[in-house]
Amino acid sequence: MRRFVIGQAKNLIDQTRRRPPQPHHHNNLRLLSLLRPSASDSTAVYSPRLFSSSSSSDMPGSDSSTSSLPVTLDSINPKVLKCEYAVRGEIVSIAQRLQDDLKTNKDAYPFDEIIYCNIGNPQSLGQQPITFFREVLALCSHTALLDESATHGLFSSDSIDRAWKILDQIPGKATGAYSHSQGIKGLRDAIAAGIEARDGFPADPNDIFMTDGASPGVHMMMQLLISSEKDGILCPIPQYPLYSASIALHGGSLVPYYLDEASGWGLEISELKKQLEDAKSKGITVRALAVINPGNPTGQVLSEENQRDIVDFCKKEGLVLLADEVYQENVYVPDKKFHSFKKVARSMGYGEKDISLVSFQSISKGYYGECGKRGGYMEVTGFTSDVREQIYKVASVNLCSNISGQILASLVMSPPKPGDDSYDSYIAEKEGILSSLATRAKTLEEALNKLEGVTCNRAEGAMYLFPCINLPQKAIAAAEAAKTAPDAFYCKRLLNATGIVVVPGSGFRQVPGTWHFRCTILPQEDKIPAIVNRLTEFHKSFMDEFRD
Amino acid sequence: MSLKALDYETLNENVKNCQYAVRGELYLRASELQKEGKKIIFTNVGNPHALGQKPLTFPRQVVALCQAPFLLDNPNVGMIFPADAIARAKHYLSLTSGGLGAYSDSRGLPGVRKEVAEFIQRRDGYPSDPELIFLTDGASKGVMQILNCIIRDQKDGILVPVPQYPLYSATISLLGGTLVPYYLEETDNWGLDVNNLRQSVAQARSQGITVRAMVIINPGNPTGQCLSEANLREILKFCCDERLVLLGDEVYQQNIYQDERPFISSKKVLMDMGEPLSKEVQLISFHTVSKGYWGECGQRGGYFEMTNIPPRTVEEIYKVASIALSPNVSAQIFMGLMVSPPKPGDISYDQFVRESKGILESLRRRARIMTDGFNSCKNVVCNFTEGAMYSFPQIKLPPKAIQAAKQAGKVPDVFYCLKLLEATGISTVPGSGFGQKEGVFHLRTTILPAEEEMPEIMESFKKFNDEFMSQYGDNFGYSRM
Repeated sequence: MRRFVIGQAKNLIDQTRRRPPQPHHHNNLRLLSLLRPSASDSTAVYSPRLFSSSSSSDMPGSDSSTSSLPVTLDSINPKVLKCEYAVRGEIVSIAQRLQDDLKTNKDAYPFDEIIYCNIGNPQSLGQQPITFFREVLALCSHTALLDESATHGLFSSDSIDRAWKILDQIPGKATGAYSHSQGIKGLRDAIAAGIEARDGFPADPNDIFMTDGASPGVHMMMQLLISSEKDGILCPIPQYPLYSASIALHGGSLVPYYLDEASGWGLEISELKKQLEDAKSKGITVRALAVINPGNPTGQVLSEENQRDIVDFCKKEGLVLLADEVYQENVYVPDKKFHSFKKVARSMGYGEKDISLVSFQSISKGYYGECGKRGGYMEVTGFTSDVREQIYKVASVNLCSNISGQILASLVMSPPKPGDDSYDSYIAEKEGILSSLATRAKTLEEALNKLEGVTCNRAEGAMYLFPCINLPQKAIAAAEAAKTAPDAFYCKRLLNATGIVVVPGSGFRQVPGTWHFRCTILPQEDKIPAIVNRLTEFHKSFMDEFRD
Repeated sequence: MSLKALDYETLNENVKNCQYAVRGELYLRASELQKEGKKIIFTNVGNPHALGQKPLTFPRQVVALCQAPFLLDNPNVGMIFPADAIARAKHYLSLTSGGLGAYSDSRGLPGVRKEVAEFIQRRDGYPSDPELIFLTDGASKGVMQILNCIIRDQKDGILVPVPQYPLYSATISLLGGTLVPYYLEETDNWGLDVNNLRQSVAQARSQGITVRAMVIINPGNPTGQCLSEANLREILKFCCDERLVLLGDEVYQQNIYQDERPFISSKKVLMDMGEPLSKEVQLISFHTVSKGYWGECGQRGGYFEMTNIPPRTVEEIYKVASIALSPNVSAQIFMGLMVSPPKPGDISYDQFVRESKGILESLRRRARIMTDGFNSCKNVVCNFTEGAMYSFPQIKLPPKAIQAAKQAGKVPDVFYCLKLLEATGISTVPGSGFGQKEGVFHLRTTILPAEEEMPEIMESFKKFNDEFMSQYGDNFGYSRM
């Protein structure tokens, strides 16, 4: 029965795939959801393996045999079906299966481990947390430690001081209590001071909304901005799929603007204007412009001049500027520097009344890479108080973000200072991580550029390389025969041959007819040479097989 | 600026329509008063640690070690941590791929989900599948994810008890669905009458609403009742007949203050009923680390378990979860610890039992003090808090008070609660935030203030209330029930 239903689903999806590709990118979002491979592919996360344990063996095998149930694929929210999230898509499922199989079946593969380059998750690849931050968190997690004399032998003295300072800011020193829905006030004070020190312009703790990672903040803003498919959000292409997924989930329209690969993923104002006009002519009201700086997956760092033009564009067109600045600490080239959009706007003389700006920051990135903590904040400026109240209300429905994430968000914005007990070790850890990331970015970029038919812009910042692969026609034909997008075809081959997991460019969207993949620069430095070798070898044999 | 980027008029209407009273006007006023230096007793949110409840020691030790794993290599770690906490920290770290700092699987760490499944199996006597358990950043996030998958548009209705916890009304508004209320019977100890349910569904259908799901909160919030097994059977049968998904909010399952009606999970009752129901009723049960004797609200940890949800729907729910990357890992570990606490013979066992029993027994006494306190007040009647963390007394407001409220532009119970706040510093939530029958007024307090402060709080409440009633009552008077 199950096999029959899967077969049926396969036919259905194959039919939709045989549709000719639609070049116009406005259709891409819809089309992409039809192309979602996992619905039919038994190697995807839908694999029956998932449901093989005892209690579920009685479970109905698929939704169509259970159409009498109230919630099935036919009756769930179609916006859910429509949304896409490639970073954890099909390739990752294959990788997980390979990893399981490797444990028992070592000799069956030409590699001995899976290397996850699909997601910016540094600590899963061996990056160590910053000691000072974790000391403070441990002390705040179990405050009774602060009363033990032995604690002084195990913790740095400034971490103890800092823990006390933080606990004093929490009513009742209760780290197990819900906080204010915007986050603990004292921690927001520290963040505001950190922003002020970074930008040289004042920041107001009441503008800070602390969130469980940056993603919930993005969702919250989309929820406020999007009422229907008539509301559009300008998003870079290629883009981090959080944006397309969130827009789809809220039922809005993604209005794409293309980054120019030839000029190092440059953001052209003329392109923004063109796409804005195009959207308007389709009856879409563009509400906001999302900018990811440094870029994900593209790794470019915007110039200050470019940022000024973007600010002016938003001001002139009345758009909310959604500034995804989660990679602000990750800049690897001496000729580029991170500037926050708030600083740029303020230095242009624009204040609260001139531009609506939301800046997102996360503790998952930077040199700290604390993804599992789910901490972050958004700084919300240039909104009227009645809108601010609505943001607060939406935040309050979820009560508050997790407290250890809040504490960590305040720590990354107020790290140890010169003279503090931990300062030297903190700086050594931080610089060690950042300079190693820079080395890895450079090594990988150079290796990619040496491959036949591959060009790769440098990773000026963030955590990714996004090479363009000029795939031979024969490879494209083979991909079509395998009913896979050509870049996904390449990535699957890469995985099966090397154990390296990357994300096909189609998950981020790209100029039609071009093919990319995204690879993080996060594997530990000692693993990079082996990765380069495997990648080079694989690419050569791939080209040998498919070269036109 | 010529064009307003985002002004109130252009906000998503669903956002504007959403109400969330627990942190509404009363809370904001209370925060203001606190800033002015007034002592405020926050009984508006079920937030035990904020009112002085101490965290359980063992889980905090384990999580502290996971936060600072380098301590595990320090030969002196045994000076400040017991051996079982050290062993447990190593165990949980081994379940992660990169400690607390790495994203986990979007559904939560497989090892912790397995521990949750084992707990459910022990509790209910029926197998539970870790693949059908998703860990979440608190139960609220789980409820939001599930409702997001269910609600397509305003034609989709969700049956919600009234009075209800406003998470449901707020989320349904945000998602643009329709809340279909069913009233709990106050005179029947907030009982759930299936005939009421039928009526609500019929009425909704006559208005073109497709009723998709039913929410039960057991033990009840804000109403504190525990559903009987017979009642749960009726509800499950009803969901089967009407083809509704049952959303079982069971976050207060540890908080039971009487012995006649212990907590029984919807899943167990469903499985007890056998086929065909046990294969047909779709059920999603929610749990959290924020309640119980844990009260770890600030961690934001929870899970939901899905029963009879078809695999491809589970996949879609997984996709929605994956957009948020992963729930926070330290709360996942709290969840693991909650479902597998120290066992007899463990070094920390005695202390753990002492602490948790102490909290539960005190809550039981506080539930009694509070109910009795309210019932001793003029024009106030209150059902006993059988479970959960709240007392929800009915305040019989005299017509003059209602009139005064109108003049002040306030809903009558908001008016009452604001006066209570100004006079006593007790921060409550007006019943209108939870929904109540027309013309009937309530307030919700938690039973969480420290036990030793309880008599004083109830005394100051009584003093305020009785003065209020004589100020607005004149010769008006209800007889006590």
